[in-house]
Amino acid sequence: MSTLQVRVRRGDAFQAYDVPRHESQTVLDVVTHIQRHLDPTLAYRYACRVGMCGSCAMTVNGAPRWTCRTHVDKVARNGRLEIGPLRNLPVIRDLVTDMREFFDKWARAQGRFKGERKRGDDFARVAPESEERRLADAGIECINCGVCYAACDVVARNPDYLGPAALNRAWTLVNDARDAAQTERLRAVAGDAGCQACHTHVSCTERCPKGISPTAGIAGLKRATLGAALRGRL
Amino acid sequence: MSRRVALVHRVSGIALALFLPVHFWVLGQGLAMDGFLKWTEQPLVKAAEWGLVVLLAAHLGGGLRVLALEFLPWRDWQKGLAAAAAGIAFAAGLAFALAL
Amino acid sequence: MKTQVLLWGAQRASAAVLALCVLVHLATLIYAVQGGLSAAEILARTRGNVAWLAFYTLFVLAVTVHAPIGLRAVLGEWLGWRGRSRDAALWIFAIVLCALGLRAVIMVFA
Repeated sequence: MSTLQVRVRRGDAFQAYDVPRHESQTVLDVVTHIQRHLDPTLAYRYACRVGMCGSCAMTVNGAPRWTCRTHVDKVARNGRLEIGPLRNLPVIRDLVTDMREFFDKWARAQGRFKGERKRGDDFARVAPESEERRLADAGIECINCGVCYAACDVVARNPDYLGPAALNRAWTLVNDARDAAQTERLRAVAGDAGCQACHTHVSCTERCPKGISPTAGIAGLKRATLGAALRGRL
Repeated sequence: MSRRVALVHRVSGIALALFLPVHFWVLGQGLAMDGFLKWTEQPLVKAAEWGLVVLLAAHLGGGLRVLALEFLPWRDWQKGLAAAAAGIAFAAGLAFALAL
Repeated sequence: MKTQVLLWGAQRASAAVLALCVLVHLATLIYAVQGGLSAAEILARTRGNVAWLAFYTLFVLAVTVHAPIGLRAVLGEWLGWRGRSRDAALWIFAIVLCALGLRAVIMVFA
């Protein structure tokens, strides 16, 4: 049986561990093995371990991924692995990051639905095949894992930038025919901290484990905010 | 690949922004240009000229890519735009090198 | 906020104009470079040519809009330079670029 040489970032330094390599093994299996058998002081997060919750996102060999859905065979080069916490977020300890700012930005981008129908009103009618609904559907599967946020170079360089996840959510709501906060939302996502700051590196889209394209949504927001600004509605 | 194209796009933009005032100033010299043009015949200057053409083409390629991503409906083939941008730069560089 | 959105719009619009201008300029350059050129030769072709004059004026104006807005993002992200002083510096850069550019256009095409 071969061994994996794993380096785990803990604070400012890397710590090395030798982990037995198995035929069918994920990076999450590797981290779990370290914590359970080699070093119980290692802190990390996971929950479902089947690619549904997004809790296990970490930086693996420099790229943000879901560790439960990353096969060791896919990433281990010469039997070596390097694991660290997600980029662009404050580190609480070892592999655990503080996600508060991620969610604060979600709220700041008006990432919440605002309805105006009352109890007695009839149901809203939304045609599933309409362009708006298809655009919204393309982005609503986001589970807030933070991978896109970690991948984004603009987030790294511009601390105020709302980031791809928050903007993607705003885009799905911009396309929600039932939502009544459209002007407010466009104001929230416009400007140097908003969609205009995106430089289309497409890292978010390349790394999203759910196949969402925040780049497309942000491009939509750019056009929508420009349209609103030109019509004096911003 | 997109990140590298974006970096080249940014660096070429900075280089062009620094170069253009000089370029405009030289052109504004009128017939005094002849003396300057003699200087440009040196091989090092020719190489620099070639570099500028490549930078311009690279910036154009990267820029067209951004415009396509921001204004055209999202399609899968857009992932090939980074390669296309690099291709434009290469083609222009080649054309200019052959003309020199 | 609205200003920033409009700046973005102006940058993309000028980019589209420049795309065309640059293609024409590159093609012209590659054609002109063949066989060498002297100042007298260049100016003989360009002086008094109203079409080229209009074209390059448009080129200069588009560059004057495009370059400073592009630098704005770079200064903010790579140097952490934001706020009024950055905008003032970029205004100065734009004015210098425009002045030098139009002077060159007049020199070569008028």
